Amino acid sequence: MNSEMASNPYFSLAVLFAVALGFGLTPLGLAWLWGKLVSPSKPNAIKNAIYECGLESKGDAWVQFRSAYYLYAIIFLIFDVEAVFLLPFAVAFTGLGLQACVAMLVFVLLLIEGLAWAWAKGVLVWA
Amino acid sequence: MAVEEGLKIELGKQGVFVTTIEELYNWGRRSSVWPMQFGLACCAIEMIATTMARYDLARFGAEVFRPSPRQADLMIISGTVTKKMAPQVVRLYNQMAEPRYVIAMGACAISGGPFKQGYNVLKGIDRYIPVDVHIPGCPPRPEALLQAFITLQEKIDGQSLTGENRPRHLNADAPGEFPVPVQGEHDLEPPANKNVWTVPVVIR
Repeated sequence: MNSEMASNPYFSLAVLFAVALGFGLTPLGLAWLWGKLVSPSKPNAIKNAIYECGLESKGDAWVQFRSAYYLYAIIFLIFDVEAVFLLPFAVAFTGLGLQACVAMLVFVLLLIEGLAWAWAKGVLVWA
Repeated sequence: MAVEEGLKIELGKQGVFVTTIEELYNWGRRSSVWPMQFGLACCAIEMIATTMARYDLARFGAEVFRPSPRQADLMIISGTVTKKMAPQVVRLYNQMAEPRYVIAMGACAISGGPFKQGYNVLKGIDRYIPVDVHIPGCPPRPEALLQAFITLQEKIDGQSLTGENRPRHLNADAPGEFPVPVQGEHDLEPPANKNVWTVPVVIR
Protein backbone atom coordinates (compact mmCIF):
# COMPACT_ATOMS: atom_id res chain seq x y z
CA MET A 1 0.00 0.00 0.00
CA ASN A 2 2.87 2.34 0.87
CA SER A 3 4.62 1.91 -2.45
CA GLU A 4 1.27 2.41 -4.16
CA MET A 5 0.82 5.74 -2.40
CA ALA A 6 4.39 6.84 -3.11
CA SER A 7 4.06 6.02 -6.78
CA ASN A 8 1.03 8.27 -7.12
CA PRO A 9 2.06 11.26 -9.29
CA TYR A 10 0.45 13.61 -6.78
CA PHE A 11 2.33 12.17 -3.81
CA SER A 12 5.14 14.75 -3.92
CA LEU A 13 2.56 17.53 -4.21
CA ALA A 14 0.76 16.23 -1.12
CA VAL A 15 4.05 16.14 0.79
CA LEU A 16 4.88 19.70 -0.28
CA PHE A 17 1.39 20.83 0.72
CA ALA A 18 1.73 19.26 4.17
CA VAL A 19 5.14 20.87 4.69
CA ALA A 20 3.85 24.27 3.53
CA LEU A 21 0.88 24.00 5.86
CA GLY A 22 3.14 23.07 8.76
CA PHE A 23 5.54 25.88 7.91
CA GLY A 24 2.72 28.37 8.19
CA LEU A 25 0.81 26.92 11.12
CA THR A 26 3.70 25.97 13.41
CA PRO A 27 4.84 29.55 14.16
CA LEU A 28 1.24 30.59 14.70
CA GLY A 29 0.70 27.68 17.07
CA LEU A 30 3.93 28.39 18.91
CA ALA A 31 3.02 32.05 19.26
CA TRP A 32 -0.41 31.11 20.59
CA LEU A 33 1.15 28.64 23.02
CA TRP A 34 3.70 31.24 24.15
CA GLY A 35 0.94 33.75 24.76
CA LYS A 36 -1.05 31.20 26.75
CA LEU A 37 1.84 29.96 28.87
CA VAL A 38 4.13 32.93 29.44
CA SER A 39 2.55 36.23 28.49
CA PRO A 40 -0.51 37.16 30.55
CA SER A 41 -3.19 38.96 28.59
CA LYS A 42 -4.29 42.29 30.06
CA PRO A 43 -7.22 43.62 28.12
CA ASN A 44 -8.90 46.85 29.15
CA ALA A 45 -11.56 49.22 27.90
CA ILE A 46 -9.15 51.70 26.30
CA LYS A 47 -7.12 48.98 24.60
CA ASN A 48 -10.20 47.31 23.17
CA ALA A 49 -11.71 50.58 22.04
CA ILE A 50 -11.94 51.50 18.37
CA TYR A 51 -8.72 53.00 17.01
CA GLU A 52 -9.39 56.48 15.74
CA CYS A 53 -5.93 58.09 15.67
CA GLY A 54 -5.93 58.43 19.45
CA LEU A 55 -9.26 60.18 19.71
CA GLU A 56 -12.34 58.69 21.27
CA SER A 57 -14.76 57.57 18.60
CA LYS A 58 -18.01 59.49 18.74
CA GLY A 59 -21.40 58.76 17.24
CA ASP A 60 -22.52 55.96 14.99
CA ALA A 61 -20.72 54.81 11.87
CA TRP A 62 -24.05 53.84 10.25
CA VAL A 63 -24.91 57.25 8.81
CA GLN A 64 -28.07 57.44 6.71
CA PHE A 65 -28.39 59.53 3.57
CA ARG A 66 -31.71 60.85 2.31
CA SER A 67 -32.98 58.66 -0.49
CA ALA A 68 -34.40 61.80 -2.16
CA TYR A 69 -30.84 62.56 -3.31
CA TYR A 70 -31.45 60.16 -6.21
CA LEU A 71 -33.04 63.10 -8.04
CA TYR A 72 -29.75 64.99 -7.95
CA ALA A 73 -28.06 61.90 -9.32
CA ILE A 74 -30.50 61.69 -12.22
CA ILE A 75 -30.17 65.38 -13.09
CA PHE A 76 -26.39 65.01 -12.99
CA LEU A 77 -26.68 62.04 -15.32
CA ILE A 78 -28.70 64.08 -17.83
CA PHE A 79 -25.94 66.66 -18.23
CA ASP A 80 -23.14 64.16 -17.91
CA VAL A 81 -24.38 61.76 -20.60
CA GLU A 82 -25.34 64.66 -22.79
CA ALA A 83 -21.81 66.01 -22.69
CA VAL A 84 -20.37 62.56 -23.47
CA PHE A 85 -22.48 62.32 -26.64
CA LEU A 86 -22.25 65.98 -27.64
CA LEU A 87 -18.45 66.08 -27.66
CA PRO A 88 -17.85 63.50 -30.48
CA PHE A 89 -20.88 64.95 -32.27
CA ALA A 90 -19.34 68.42 -32.23
CA VAL A 91 -15.94 67.09 -33.34
CA ALA A 92 -17.43 65.26 -36.36
CA PHE A 93 -20.06 67.93 -37.07
CA THR A 94 -18.79 69.09 -40.46
CA GLY A 95 -18.77 65.57 -41.89
CA LEU A 96 -22.28 64.63 -40.77
CA GLY A 97 -25.45 64.44 -42.83
CA LEU A 98 -28.95 65.67 -42.10
CA GLN A 99 -30.02 62.34 -40.59
CA ALA A 100 -27.34 62.44 -37.88
CA CYS A 101 -28.25 66.05 -37.01
CA VAL A 102 -31.92 65.14 -36.62
CA ALA A 103 -31.06 62.12 -34.47
CA MET A 104 -28.90 64.27 -32.22
CA LEU A 105 -31.58 66.96 -32.07
CA VAL A 106 -34.14 64.37 -30.91
CA PHE A 107 -31.73 63.13 -28.28
CA VAL A 108 -30.98 66.62 -26.96
CA LEU A 109 -34.66 67.58 -27.00
CA LEU A 110 -35.54 64.44 -25.02
CA LEU A 111 -32.98 65.40 -22.39
CA ILE A 112 -34.22 68.98 -22.36
CA GLU A 113 -37.72 67.67 -21.81
CA GLY A 114 -36.45 65.70 -18.83
CA LEU A 115 -34.76 68.84 -17.51
CA ALA A 116 -37.93 70.87 -18.01
CA TRP A 117 -39.90 68.20 -16.15
CA ALA A 118 -37.42 68.25 -13.26
CA TRP A 119 -37.45 72.06 -13.23
CA ALA A 120 -41.25 72.14 -13.09
CA LYS A 121 -41.18 69.62 -10.28
CA GLY A 122 -38.95 71.95 -8.26
CA VAL A 123 -35.94 69.65 -8.06
CA LEU A 124 -33.53 72.40 -9.06
CA VAL A 125 -34.37 74.40 -5.95
CA TRP A 126 -31.52 73.61 -3.55
CA ALA A 127 -33.09 73.85 -0.12
CA MET B 1 21.76 25.48 32.68
CA ALA B 2 23.41 28.19 30.69
CA VAL B 3 26.55 27.50 28.72
CA GLU B 4 29.62 29.46 29.77
CA GLU B 5 30.44 32.49 27.66
CA GLY B 6 33.97 31.29 26.75
CA LEU B 7 32.74 27.84 25.74
CA LYS B 8 29.99 29.42 23.67
CA ILE B 9 32.48 31.54 21.71
CA GLU B 10 34.73 28.50 21.24
CA LEU B 11 31.78 26.45 19.94
CA GLY B 12 30.77 29.33 17.69
CA LYS B 13 34.21 29.26 16.08
CA GLN B 14 33.68 25.57 15.31
CA GLY B 15 30.30 26.32 13.73
CA VAL B 16 28.16 25.19 16.64
CA PHE B 17 25.70 27.74 17.95
CA VAL B 18 24.16 27.23 21.35
CA THR B 19 21.59 29.45 22.94
CA THR B 20 18.90 29.57 25.58
CA ILE B 21 15.21 30.24 25.04
CA GLU B 22 15.69 33.48 26.92
CA GLU B 23 18.41 34.67 24.54
CA LEU B 24 16.44 33.56 21.51
CA TYR B 25 13.37 35.35 22.81
CA ASN B 26 15.26 38.55 23.54
CA TRP B 27 17.02 38.38 20.17
CA GLY B 28 13.66 38.09 18.47
CA ARG B 29 12.20 40.94 20.49
CA ARG B 30 15.06 43.35 19.96
CA SER B 31 15.46 42.57 16.27
CA SER B 32 11.86 43.31 15.32
CA VAL B 33 10.89 46.43 17.22
CA TRP B 34 8.40 48.11 14.95
CA PRO B 35 7.87 51.79 15.71
CA MET B 36 4.55 53.50 15.39
CA GLN B 37 4.16 55.99 12.58
CA PHE B 38 3.57 58.92 14.80
CA GLY B 39 5.31 62.28 14.79
CA LEU B 40 4.50 65.21 17.02
CA ALA B 41 6.76 68.11 16.09
CA CYS B 42 10.13 69.01 14.58
CA CYS B 43 11.84 65.95 16.14
CA ALA B 44 9.67 63.88 13.82
CA ILE B 45 11.67 65.23 10.88
CA GLU B 46 14.85 63.83 12.47
CA MET B 47 13.00 60.57 13.13
CA ILE B 48 12.04 60.39 9.45
CA ALA B 49 15.65 61.14 8.48
CA THR B 50 16.74 58.27 10.73
CA THR B 51 14.60 55.83 8.80
CA MET B 52 15.92 56.96 5.44
CA ALA B 53 18.91 55.59 3.53
CA ARG B 54 21.57 57.81 5.10
CA TYR B 55 21.02 56.66 8.69
CA ASP B 56 19.01 53.53 7.89
CA LEU B 57 17.15 52.44 11.00
CA ALA B 58 16.35 49.26 9.06
CA ARG B 59 19.79 47.93 10.01
CA PHE B 60 18.37 47.35 13.51
CA GLY B 61 15.14 45.71 12.38
CA ALA B 62 12.97 48.75 12.96
CA GLU B 63 12.21 49.97 9.47
CA VAL B 64 8.54 49.04 9.47
CA PHE B 65 6.67 52.06 10.77
CA ARG B 66 3.17 50.83 11.48
CA PRO B 67 0.22 53.14 10.95
CA SER B 68 -1.76 51.41 13.71
CA PRO B 69 -0.89 51.01 17.40
CA ARG B 70 -2.12 47.39 17.28
CA GLN B 71 0.89 46.38 15.19
CA ALA B 72 3.50 48.63 16.76
CA ASP B 73 5.98 47.84 19.55
CA LEU B 74 7.74 51.15 19.97
CA MET B 75 6.34 54.61 20.46
CA ILE B 76 8.82 57.36 19.63
CA ILE B 77 7.51 60.52 21.29
CA SER B 78 9.12 62.77 18.72
CA GLY B 79 8.48 66.33 19.76
CA THR B 80 6.48 68.69 21.91
CA VAL B 81 3.59 67.09 23.73
CA THR B 82 1.02 69.80 24.23
CA LYS B 83 -1.60 69.37 26.91
CA LYS B 84 -4.14 69.13 24.12
CA MET B 85 -2.26 66.21 22.57
CA ALA B 86 -1.24 64.37 25.75
CA PRO B 87 -4.54 62.44 26.20
CA GLN B 88 -4.28 61.18 22.63
CA VAL B 89 -0.67 60.07 23.16
CA VAL B 90 -1.60 58.19 26.33
CA ARG B 91 -4.61 56.61 24.64
CA LEU B 92 -2.45 55.47 21.71
CA TYR B 93 0.05 54.00 24.14
CA ASN B 94 -2.78 52.13 25.83
CA GLN B 95 -3.95 50.77 22.50
CA MET B 96 -0.55 49.31 21.63
CA ALA B 97 -0.15 45.59 22.12
CA GLU B 98 2.45 44.25 24.56
CA PRO B 99 5.42 44.22 24.52
CA ARG B 100 5.60 47.96 24.07
CA TYR B 101 8.41 50.44 24.57
CA VAL B 102 8.67 54.20 24.61
CA ILE B 103 11.52 56.46 23.51
CA ALA B 104 11.05 60.08 24.57
CA MET B 105 12.91 62.01 21.91
CA GLY B 106 14.08 65.54 22.42
CA ALA B 107 13.99 68.19 25.12
CA CYS B 108 10.23 68.76 24.81
CA ALA B 109 9.24 65.13 25.16
CA ILE B 110 11.46 64.55 28.18
CA SER B 111 10.83 67.79 30.06
CA GLY B 112 8.83 70.37 28.12
CA GLY B 113 12.02 71.84 26.69
CA PRO B 114 11.94 75.54 25.83
CA PHE B 115 8.21 75.55 26.61
CA LYS B 116 8.66 74.23 30.15
CA GLN B 117 7.59 77.54 31.70
CA GLY B 118 4.59 77.80 29.40
CA TYR B 119 1.01 76.95 30.24
CA ASN B 120 0.15 74.54 27.45
CA VAL B 121 3.00 72.07 27.12
CA LEU B 122 3.32 68.87 29.13
CA LYS B 123 6.52 68.86 31.17
CA GLY B 124 7.63 65.43 30.04
CA ILE B 125 5.56 62.52 28.74
CA ASP B 126 6.99 60.31 31.51
CA ARG B 127 4.34 61.85 33.76
CA TYR B 128 1.77 59.55 32.18
CA ILE B 129 3.50 56.61 30.53
CA PRO B 130 6.62 54.63 31.41
CA VAL B 131 9.50 55.81 29.21
CA ASP B 132 12.32 53.36 28.46
CA VAL B 133 14.88 55.72 26.95
CA HIS B 134 15.12 59.52 27.17
CA ILE B 135 17.17 61.42 24.58
CA PRO B 136 18.05 65.07 25.14
CA GLY B 137 18.62 67.46 22.25
CA CYS B 138 16.68 70.10 20.38
CA PRO B 139 16.20 68.22 18.16
CA PRO B 140 18.47 65.19 18.73
CA ARG B 141 20.44 64.22 15.67
CA PRO B 142 19.54 60.95 13.93
CA GLU B 143 22.66 59.41 15.50
CA ALA B 144 21.18 60.21 18.92
CA LEU B 145 17.98 58.38 18.00
CA LEU B 146 20.03 55.42 16.79
CA GLN B 147 21.92 55.52 20.08
CA ALA B 148 18.61 55.52 21.96
CA PHE B 149 17.40 52.61 19.88
CA ILE B 150 20.56 50.62 20.56
CA THR B 151 20.18 51.43 24.25
CA LEU B 152 16.63 50.07 24.11
CA GLN B 153 17.92 46.93 22.41
CA GLU B 154 20.52 46.50 25.14
CA LYS B 155 17.78 46.95 27.73
CA ILE B 156 15.69 44.26 26.04
CA ASP B 157 18.72 41.98 25.83
CA GLY B 158 19.35 42.33 29.55
CA GLN B 159 15.87 41.20 30.57
CA SER B 160 15.13 37.69 31.73
CA LEU B 161 12.09 35.50 31.24
CA THR B 162 11.35 35.09 34.94
CA GLY B 163 12.12 36.85 38.17
CA GLU B 164 12.31 40.50 39.13
CA ASN B 165 14.06 41.51 35.91
CA ARG B 166 11.38 40.19 33.61
CA PRO B 167 9.79 42.59 31.12
CA ARG B 168 6.53 44.24 32.02
CA HIS B 169 4.40 42.23 29.62
CA LEU B 170 5.44 38.93 31.24
CA ASN B 171 4.46 40.21 34.67
CA ALA B 172 0.81 39.56 35.42
CA ASP B 173 0.81 42.16 38.20
CA ALA B 174 2.26 44.98 36.09
CA PRO B 175 -0.40 47.47 35.02
CA GLY B 176 -1.72 47.15 31.50
CA GLU B 177 -3.82 50.28 31.55
CA PHE B 178 -2.50 53.79 32.04
CA PRO B 179 -5.22 56.32 32.84
CA VAL B 180 -5.88 58.84 30.09
CA PRO B 181 -5.86 62.40 31.48
CA VAL B 182 -8.75 64.74 30.73
CA GLN B 183 -8.76 68.48 30.24
CA GLY B 184 -9.53 70.10 33.58
CA GLU B 185 -10.26 73.71 34.36
CA HIS B 186 -6.62 74.78 34.59
CA ASP B 187 -4.55 71.71 33.80
CA LEU B 188 -4.77 68.09 32.80
CA GLU B 189 -6.56 65.95 35.39
CA PRO B 190 -4.70 64.23 36.96
CA PRO B 191 -1.48 66.26 36.42
CA ALA B 192 0.58 63.05 36.57
CA ASN B 193 0.14 59.30 36.93
CA LYS B 194 1.34 58.59 40.48
CA ASN B 195 2.27 54.98 39.65
CA VAL B 196 4.58 56.04 36.83
CA TRP B 197 5.99 59.35 37.97
CA THR B 198 6.67 60.89 41.35
CA VAL B 199 7.48 64.49 42.03
CA PRO B 200 11.28 64.64 42.14
CA VAL B 201 12.75 66.03 45.32
CA VAL B 202 14.81 69.11 44.56
CA ILE B 203 17.75 69.50 46.93
CA ARG B 204 18.79 73.13 47.23
